[in-house]
Amino acid sequence: MVAERFVVVGASLAGLRAAQTARKSGYTGELALVGGEVHLPYDRPPLSKDYLKAGDGPEDPTFRSEQELEEELGGDLRMGTWATGLDPQRKVVALSDGTELEYSALVIATGAKARTLPGTEELAGVHTLRTLDDAVAIRQALETGARTVVVGAGFIGSEVAAGARKRDLPVTVLEALPVPLVRSVGEDMGRACAALHRAHGTDLRCGVKVTGLTSEDGRVTGVSLDDGSTIPADLVVVGTGVAPCTEWLADSGVTLHERDRGIVCDETLATGLPGVYAAGDVAHFPHPLFGGQLMRLEHWTNAAEQGMLAARNALNPAEAKPAMGVPYFWSDWYDSRIQFVGVPQAEEIRVVSEELGEEKFLALYRRGDRLTGCITIDRPAQIMKYRRMIMKSATWAEALEFAGVS
Amino acid sequence: MRIVVDRDKCTGLGMCEAEAPDLFEVQDDGTLKVLDEHPDADQREAAEAAVMSCPTEALTLVED
Repeated sequence: MVAERFVVVGASLAGLRAAQTARKSGYTGELALVGGEVHLPYDRPPLSKDYLKAGDGPEDPTFRSEQELEEELGGDLRMGTWATGLDPQRKVVALSDGTELEYSALVIATGAKARTLPGTEELAGVHTLRTLDDAVAIRQALETGARTVVVGAGFIGSEVAAGARKRDLPVTVLEALPVPLVRSVGEDMGRACAALHRAHGTDLRCGVKVTGLTSEDGRVTGVSLDDGSTIPADLVVVGTGVAPCTEWLADSGVTLHERDRGIVCDETLATGLPGVYAAGDVAHFPHPLFGGQLMRLEHWTNAAEQGMLAARNALNPAEAKPAMGVPYFWSDWYDSRIQFVGVPQAEEIRVVSEELGEEKFLALYRRGDRLTGCITIDRPAQIMKYRRMIMKSATWAEALEFAGVS
Repeated sequence: MRIVVDRDKCTGLGMCEAEAPDLFEVQDDGTLKVLDEHPDADQREAAEAAVMSCPTEALTLVED
């Protein structure tokens, strides 16, 4: 058995941060970073934003060059290599190239993959948006002036719609629920977000069900709906959520969540197997700030923070600390920025901006007597102040006073 | 120690303000105001956390 080898499986943001943090915190043993994609670690938020903009070629989203990574990590970089199994008794990760990698400490950061429309995977012109390769394909389609249909009015799909509208292309967004984003931000807020689409000429249709795609010579030509109509399309982007990448852990003894097969961790991101921690989109964890509510977050900041924490905890389990970061995400639609901090499940949501007659949207979320969430549209100066209040367990009364209502 | 903001990269996401509210504040127009460009040594940890947390890698610490 190797004396000391820190292995990180998954080389997106959480995995990269885990590897970087190990070195930053003075770890000098062997280190391996395993990534399923052939690309070096890259940043995903730009893929549905700047990357889709018209104009000169988009900026390369790669975090570090290979040389920079080798210098910073001084380790074994294995891109284009998937983990296929985990044996916690032998402390070994099996890899797609047939080799095995022993570990003394392991961080699992395999993330999630985009859900597809069953049976449409082989059809040209149909894409999800999760990877760099997806973004390249969608950008190419937009360049050719594709009539765009987005399935699912979530954040990724909405950003693609905004990107296509900025190019003045016809865009339809199809949403199964009567109001978009209800689960992520609540109903009033979903309506406010929906208004952004309509104000920018995107045809948002809620409460519709996609029954299938039409195609010709292996290329998509339209999206069929349950009312019998078909919307012509050259590009269909499916944004119907993601599923954690944990198939490779099926026989490992890692506890997987019954709903989505994400990894169930404790508050220090430990999986329960000796030396094995998880971070980012793949991990469920009980959040101490929200009554131990088990959550799995698909946010940039969560991946970054948990990648760092999982590495520290895996390398020094005796002093493991809990994941305490207040959830935060942002989404850029048209010329607006939506920002959310905290958790959306609330006993009361007050649209403060409406009460104050303010044009720009701000709502606060309450559980018990505490502030537990805040959403803003185009109020960048406010959001982090509420994030800090949530971090400090501010009361509802304090939040209302700060907001100027009571 | 001096804080340098790459204004082409910064989009005002505010993670630095969350990490180090004494050093950074996002303004109403989304631009970032550095409250103290030359932080004291006892603020180094907060400044480094802010640099590390930036989603657009817009911040650097330059040693004087």
